[in-house]
Amino acid sequence: MVKQVEQLEQVVIRFAGDSGDGMQLTGDRFTQETASFGNDLSTLPNFPAEIRAPAGTLPGVSSFQLHFADHDILTPGDTPHVLVAMNPAALRANVSDLEPGATVIVDNHDFTSRNLKKAGYAENPLEDGSLDAFQVHAFDLTALTVGSVEAFGLSRRDAARAKNMFSLGLLSWLYGRPVESTRTYLAKRFADKPSIRDANLAAFHAGWYFGETTEGFAVSYEIKPAPMRAGSYRNISGNLALSYGLVAAGVQSGLPVFLGAYPITPASDILHELSKHKQFGVMTFQAEDEIAGIGAALGASYGGSLGVTTTSGPGIALKSETIGLAISLELPLVVVDVQRGGPSTGLPTKTEQSDLLQAMFGRNGEAPLPIVAPRSPGDCFDAALEAARIAVSYRTPVMLLSDGYLANGSEPWQLPDVDSLPLIEPGFATGPNHETETGDHRFWPYQRDPQTLARPWAIPGTAGLEHRIGGLEKADGHGNISYEPANHDLMVRTRQAKVDRVADTIPPVEVDDPDCDADLLVLGWGSTYGPIGAGCRRVRQKGLSIAQAHLRHLNPFPGNLGDVLRRYDKVIVPEMNLGQLALLLRAKYLVDVEGYNQVRGMPFAPSELEGVLTTTLKEMSS
Amino acid sequence: MTTDLTLSGLRDVPASDVSNSRKDFTSDQEVRWCPGCGDYIVLAAVQSFLPSLGLKRENIVFVSGIGCSSRFPYYLDTFGLHSIHGRAPAIATGLATSRPDLNVWVVTGDGDALSIGGNHLIHAMRRNVNITILLFNNRIYGLTKGQYSPTSEPGKITKSTPAGSVDFPFNPVSLALGAEATFVARTLDSDRAHLTEVLLAAASHRGTALVEIYQNCPIFNDGAFDVLKDKEEAAARLVRLGHGETVRIGDREWIHDAHAENPSQAFEISRLDDGSMAHVPVGIFRQVSRPTYDDQVREQIRQAKSGEAEADLAGLLAGRDSWTVED
Repeated sequence: MVKQVEQLEQVVIRFAGDSGDGMQLTGDRFTQETASFGNDLSTLPNFPAEIRAPAGTLPGVSSFQLHFADHDILTPGDTPHVLVAMNPAALRANVSDLEPGATVIVDNHDFTSRNLKKAGYAENPLEDGSLDAFQVHAFDLTALTVGSVEAFGLSRRDAARAKNMFSLGLLSWLYGRPVESTRTYLAKRFADKPSIRDANLAAFHAGWYFGETTEGFAVSYEIKPAPMRAGSYRNISGNLALSYGLVAAGVQSGLPVFLGAYPITPASDILHELSKHKQFGVMTFQAEDEIAGIGAALGASYGGSLGVTTTSGPGIALKSETIGLAISLELPLVVVDVQRGGPSTGLPTKTEQSDLLQAMFGRNGEAPLPIVAPRSPGDCFDAALEAARIAVSYRTPVMLLSDGYLANGSEPWQLPDVDSLPLIEPGFATGPNHETETGDHRFWPYQRDPQTLARPWAIPGTAGLEHRIGGLEKADGHGNISYEPANHDLMVRTRQAKVDRVADTIPPVEVDDPDCDADLLVLGWGSTYGPIGAGCRRVRQKGLSIAQAHLRHLNPFPGNLGDVLRRYDKVIVPEMNLGQLALLLRAKYLVDVEGYNQVRGMPFAPSELEGVLTTTLKEMSS
Repeated sequence: MTTDLTLSGLRDVPASDVSNSRKDFTSDQEVRWCPGCGDYIVLAAVQSFLPSLGLKRENIVFVSGIGCSSRFPYYLDTFGLHSIHGRAPAIATGLATSRPDLNVWVVTGDGDALSIGGNHLIHAMRRNVNITILLFNNRIYGLTKGQYSPTSEPGKITKSTPAGSVDFPFNPVSLALGAEATFVARTLDSDRAHLTEVLLAAASHRGTALVEIYQNCPIFNDGAFDVLKDKEEAAARLVRLGHGETVRIGDREWIHDAHAENPSQAFEISRLDDGSMAHVPVGIFRQVSRPTYDDQVREQIRQAKSGEAEADLAGLLAGRDSWTVED
């Protein structure tokens, strides 16, 4: 049967199943196929904190959304065009996100009265007409899978587990994806379990051929590759890019990277990743707790390593005292906070931007530190390098604020030219830096660089630099304990001035205002870059003018930010918190910025921002 | 497994070209402990003993937490880091693991090590990081002016326990043995010769060495160890441990084996003091060899660097699934 091929510009697919169904793997593989095909893409994994919540229940549903297109895109998309639901709970948890006309592919194997009840369905939705608005393809994917792998002598249970590969094969056919990378992947992943390997490959192929032969699917689709700048690309998640940025920071500074960390969602993957790169001299220390993680990292920094600690919001709370010590000792340290929903344990696997004020102010005393935030998964690489640059140049802890959406989401990333990555100069102290009145040469640990106000990094093992420092207030210059009122005032102001001077080395904030006549500015930070950008594009497609700016540096702000804010009639700041950046902007610039806030544990949908921005523009013009 | 104690904890620390004296290890800072504090005696012993290690002064680091004893690093002309409450073992772990050429010491007290920092202490010992921990035990909180500590005796009347403490104390030696420490010793501030002998063995040990030092606080817990300082009393009460030597208590006697792989005997000895100080063992309870955490971490790095995987940043970034877009 020759099937029709229809052209599409973009598709949003959501794979949903039990958390044991392998939906994340299915999504990852489909993403990899799509990336190598050359589409632009953006992904949103969404899974419960429980490893295996009770099978068939709503809390156990895990999903993976992928948006891919023949043009440049910024987000995982609004509503899925295609939902793949592996059981009743997956259908029920996701169907409300669909718009009429969407395609629903369902494994009807588990649509028994018991499982329907578990998912909260009184009636079978495949039979009661509730899905009439959608194009529903219901098959017994489980039985088809089991049938396709019969030859390999697996238990029924193991055979059925290959159903995610069956669905991957089916979707790969439907959207004309290249399958070689999945074949290679399966062959490698299950190299030591030949029967499992062969069963997965067989299920994958069976899914493809099922699409090709069944009458249920009359058409397949083609989404042409997106035009991209010439260069080499790979698909990358935020946590991976951030890990690579840290490895690169070690290479570019010539410093060994020392990561002290305690496992925590969604930051643990950085610990896993960095533990693989020992050939770069990267040391990883899985500590007994969050405090020991940062303590060991700070100890390594004291010894001349690039100390790094990675965590999420609750971990930052525990590390706060040590961050304060690092501020007082004025030693380089990169503190990575992959933000998640809070307070307390909150929403471990969901995203939020609610640690900005914790990063700014969550310590005792006047304890300023620079804050850097990536805007997209691939941008985590550059942001990590930038955090390390500031930490080393200014001898200070730097907070790197990623979030769960960036951490697990992925996008095509243009590989940087490693020869043109910035160099980071540690500039260790080598000898005395002070001459006393009597002509003696001494080493003063708190003698500062006049430009940056950074103090010397004097590592043990260097003769003549022996000195004693700690968390007690130190005298300006020689660094001995001092309780002098005027000295403390000076030291507090100097530590603040040092952080403020970071602004001398950061680029001005750029405003994207294609028509140069916008009255409304949308300002964001961190992972909202994609949704805000997509929202602005849609607003502009309606012929309206809107300006967008996005902050990489949250402390200090770029030097031109105040001027930029005052240039517009109105400034809207969308954040996944209750207005933390807005608070800082209002306090610093006395500008009446307006927040748009949601804390649902999910990124903004472009359509939502499009609506808000359009409404605001209409209000402004009337 | 046989105990191999020839691996010195100081193996990778460069030797000094010049001979140093006590004066070379004395900083220009005025010592600010209370008159009569046991810390003075320990400081003097450490300043006098350090030259005998023959190490470069700049390769010695003292890390401390918070408390009276944690001011110790300020008074030594080495590298010193006065950190935050309880965290010194964690900081020292990062330093010692990343810098095998340093001789790393932790100075801590009973509150710092056993209360707020208990977690870091036990984990440092089980990992067997190459650091030497001096635990000054005065059985009281000094710097916060006299609350009971995790080693204070039950019923102790202090500012925070006017009706008597109902906390049961730790025995630091038993705790260290339970935490898999490879070197555990106890000594007294008042016995300079014994203190120096134990410090030398502890510094030479490859792995975590825990030395509990009974130390008098003349202000808030004066005389806590007086019964061990009176000559006659001490002779009756102190049980001096020497590896391979006979230990006698009343009609019991045995040969002390500090190198025994099984810590049971050492633990039993640590329980001789039931709190009454009738029998207080001092000396080295346990001294065994076990691969250190930091040596193994560095060995994994060395193997990775000499292995097949190159430290090729461009190759790492490209991964296995990259593609090229042409002009």
